[in-house]
Amino acid sequence: MMKKNVICPFCGCLCDDLGITIEDGKITGVDNGCSLAKAKFLRKERLQSPVIRRGNETIQTGYEEAVTYAAEILNNAQRPLFFGWSGTQGEAQAKGVHLCMLLGGVIDNTSSLCHGPSIMGIQEVGHPGCTLGQVKNRADLIIYWGCNPLESHPRHMSRYTTYADGFFLKNAFRERKLIVVDVRKTMSSDIADEFIQIEQGGDYAVLSALRAMVRGEDEIIPDMVSGVSKSQLKRIVEMCKGAKFGALFFGLGLTMSRHKYKNIRNAVELTEELSRHTKFTISPMRGHWNVYGANEVFTWMTGYPYAVDFAKGIPFYNPGETTAADILFRKECDALMIVSSDPAAHMPKKCVEHMANIPVIHIDPHKNCTSFFSDIQIPVAITGIEASGTAYRMDGVPLRTKKIIETDFPTDTDIISRIYEKIQEMRNSV
Amino acid sequence: MSELLVKNAYVIDPINDIKGEIMDIAIRDKMIVESVGSSAEVVDAKGCLTLPGGVDSHTHICGTKVNFGRYMSPEDMRAGRGRAQPYMYPVSGYSVPTVYANTYRYSALGYTTVLEGAMAPLEARHTHEEFFFTSLQDTMANTLFDGNWSVMEAVADKDLKRVAAVVGWTLAAVKGFGVKVTNPGGTEMWGWGKDVGCIHQKIDHFGITPAEIIDYLIQANELLNLPHSVHLHCNNLGKPGNYKCTLETMQRTPDLNDKRQTLYMTHVQFHSYGGTKWSDFCSKSDDVAWMLNRKPQIAIDMGQVMFGKTTTMTADGPMEFNLFRLYNNKWSNHDVELETGSGIIPVLYSRKNLVNSIMWSIGLELALMAKNPWQCMLATDNPNGAPFVKYPEIIALLMSSRYRNEEFSKVHPNTENRVHLPSLDREMDFYEIAVMTRAAQAKALGITGIGKGHLGEGAYGDIAIYPIKTDDIDPAAEYEKIIKGFSSTDYTIKSGRVISRDGNCLLNGNNRTIWVKPKIPDEYDMSKDPEFIKKFERYYSVSMENYPVEEAYLNQRNICIETETKL
Repeated sequence: MMKKNVICPFCGCLCDDLGITIEDGKITGVDNGCSLAKAKFLRKERLQSPVIRRGNETIQTGYEEAVTYAAEILNNAQRPLFFGWSGTQGEAQAKGVHLCMLLGGVIDNTSSLCHGPSIMGIQEVGHPGCTLGQVKNRADLIIYWGCNPLESHPRHMSRYTTYADGFFLKNAFRERKLIVVDVRKTMSSDIADEFIQIEQGGDYAVLSALRAMVRGEDEIIPDMVSGVSKSQLKRIVEMCKGAKFGALFFGLGLTMSRHKYKNIRNAVELTEELSRHTKFTISPMRGHWNVYGANEVFTWMTGYPYAVDFAKGIPFYNPGETTAADILFRKECDALMIVSSDPAAHMPKKCVEHMANIPVIHIDPHKNCTSFFSDIQIPVAITGIEASGTAYRMDGVPLRTKKIIETDFPTDTDIISRIYEKIQEMRNSV
Repeated sequence: MSELLVKNAYVIDPINDIKGEIMDIAIRDKMIVESVGSSAEVVDAKGCLTLPGGVDSHTHICGTKVNFGRYMSPEDMRAGRGRAQPYMYPVSGYSVPTVYANTYRYSALGYTTVLEGAMAPLEARHTHEEFFFTSLQDTMANTLFDGNWSVMEAVADKDLKRVAAVVGWTLAAVKGFGVKVTNPGGTEMWGWGKDVGCIHQKIDHFGITPAEIIDYLIQANELLNLPHSVHLHCNNLGKPGNYKCTLETMQRTPDLNDKRQTLYMTHVQFHSYGGTKWSDFCSKSDDVAWMLNRKPQIAIDMGQVMFGKTTTMTADGPMEFNLFRLYNNKWSNHDVELETGSGIIPVLYSRKNLVNSIMWSIGLELALMAKNPWQCMLATDNPNGAPFVKYPEIIALLMSSRYRNEEFSKVHPNTENRVHLPSLDREMDFYEIAVMTRAAQAKALGITGIGKGHLGEGAYGDIAIYPIKTDDIDPAAEYEKIIKGFSSTDYTIKSGRVISRDGNCLLNGNNRTIWVKPKIPDEYDMSKDPEFIKKFERYYSVSMENYPVEEAYLNQRNICIETETKL
């Protein structure tokens, strides 16, 4: 049996045209998917039942016991931290926020380790963006800055940009120009019409130079800016101003390099400046398939896209203070619940050390680095394959990922709801 | 079975022609009935002003751009934080509050039904997701068709029935309520960084004009027999001299429906501007109101501006960019492929600013000069003119010329030469306020028939009881009491359950989503139309199968209005 138009729950592209072959209730083939999608749909190994760590041993347990154990950990905590959320459905994220509100904890999502700085830049100057189809149909100039989509988002170019024919571009590959900006050559830069190789940490200066030149202040620009020649910058500015519709996409090469959120602010302001000459948009390349959804859900429920602290009873937000890495680094939290994420693989050593010293609840279908620091891991259904749920594409378009095979595993939403109810029960019985 | 009896209420119910009578109102389960048993729960209204639950026919509280307004504005979130209370979650935000803040605050004002003014079809799921958490109001969403390629192509082909078929399919697919048109044609032009002028400028590529889009959509709306009329945000919003464009749009509106207006023009304050530039900017509310008074086929909402900070957000992308260049604060934009666009910027309306002072006057002038309150709704286009929590102040301004004069003395000194407000001495009464805040809004939306906006037998038990003894208060003199009285109900009752007492809300009002599904004959079913299917395959970034909003997003108590069409 083949299921068509399946949505891929891997990266922020949320490609919705996959064909999935299912035989005997198992996935055996993936059409249209990139190699990352195939790996996800065809992955076999997973945790089969909840496990609790006792000393150096892990003991298998049932869901009821696991939920009770997790509820006890959270109910006894003074300052619980809830982290992850980018790999699960919107419904689970909303439940997570309610759980955090109930316990007066801190809730953060993985954007604090990826596009958190983008959000801070946007909070200063805004975000002139658009949906990906708008780019596909109109854009005759694409810029990728600090990202390598051919490897990180393998179908971004074929579905939405370089290779995607659109209404006003019938032969996109020939009619559209591609600029790649990076500190090193990549697969993506190899196919660019212009590759701007900048020195490490030089993005801010290059963005500033481009802004000045778009404003006509060419004379103040030196011959070289962070390893980029003035003549190349001039060429880029002419390409941008001459485009009918330009679309700039940026990745962690811009958000997490030197100057962090100021880079994003500068890039947005460049877009605004170009918008005075032609149509220009800017968009972050979101990594996890529903990290943008976590930002959306947190925002409508708490007012802030990530790093929300309810310790004072009111929602409080201050990235750098209420972000998960900072809280772990300061050894501030005394319990950690992780949903669909792997912070042990991505956070600084000191954060992971604290993780090892506090009770950690891990809700995830698979074992990962964080599993080794978890006091309890509760396996769940894989959203988008075994459970339906809402996800937000990198451009803010919400889609409903589908359940395509049956499973006995409960969903993230089920587990979080049960923990929530158990804690309410415990509190009511006191 | 639950029963509730509201006793000794001083009732104004304009739709049932009740203009102030002491009455009891009986509710069984959700609906108003003639009488209930002696064991019914009793709410004693003690002669307090009792109105049908408030209806806001144009607000922005849920969806992509609203949420982006929150996302980009942590400063606004800090301005409206509140702790959790029994049955209430903690809240944030002032001009774009969180979903819970919106629902609690609307409830405290006595509102039980609200219409999200602009939903991009492609992103409709987002609006419905937020509706789920808007737990104390019934919600509905006007759906954007201003830059819809399939509509524009059908207009270019002069194929009215195809326009209707596209609108019908889309509304049903995205679980929308009515047809919203924002700067028709202008949002498509904004795809290239341009705008249209008034209604006769041709749109690039499509070769049609905004006037044609409006004309065809108005007729298609009637072919589909939709409960609400076309809901129009005119071209040229916010530009000096735009009143001519507004008048021209009004002038060409036909009279096609004997039950309601044919065209609902929204935030008309922003479209009643005289002058040629900001330096000679002035009010032209007199001309617009004059036209309104001779065109019963048109209803408007005020789009009242109130002083203070707020966030503007609209599908009118080019307008927001112009505003950004004026304010130089921050700007977000979000164009939606094949459909529409949007923009957001924060603003501060200041009394010290002449233009802002004139804008404030124009909204009030429109309401005071519109002879028939059924044609003019009280709204701020929340949060564009002001956050909805300012409604009590607007009510007081309409009821008291003394209050208006006091406020007028504080605005920019040159305002007097540019506006008409000081010459208007009309003072509205409670009945007129009831019309403008619920009855007319329900009628304009076409939802009185499903039991909204009135207290007749068979209506939903949506009731707002305000701590106002109408005989003891002189609104003209005691406007402070009016503001206080309308700021927080004694009781807000929704579907027969008390959801708010003295401004404190009880969670879970059994909220519903009201949506419309026109019955379309097979030959006009766009899901089988090759050209329409091709659009999805080639130009949308989402497949046709993944586009419609699934039933899972409607709560189980949704109300679907199925319409008989003339296709």
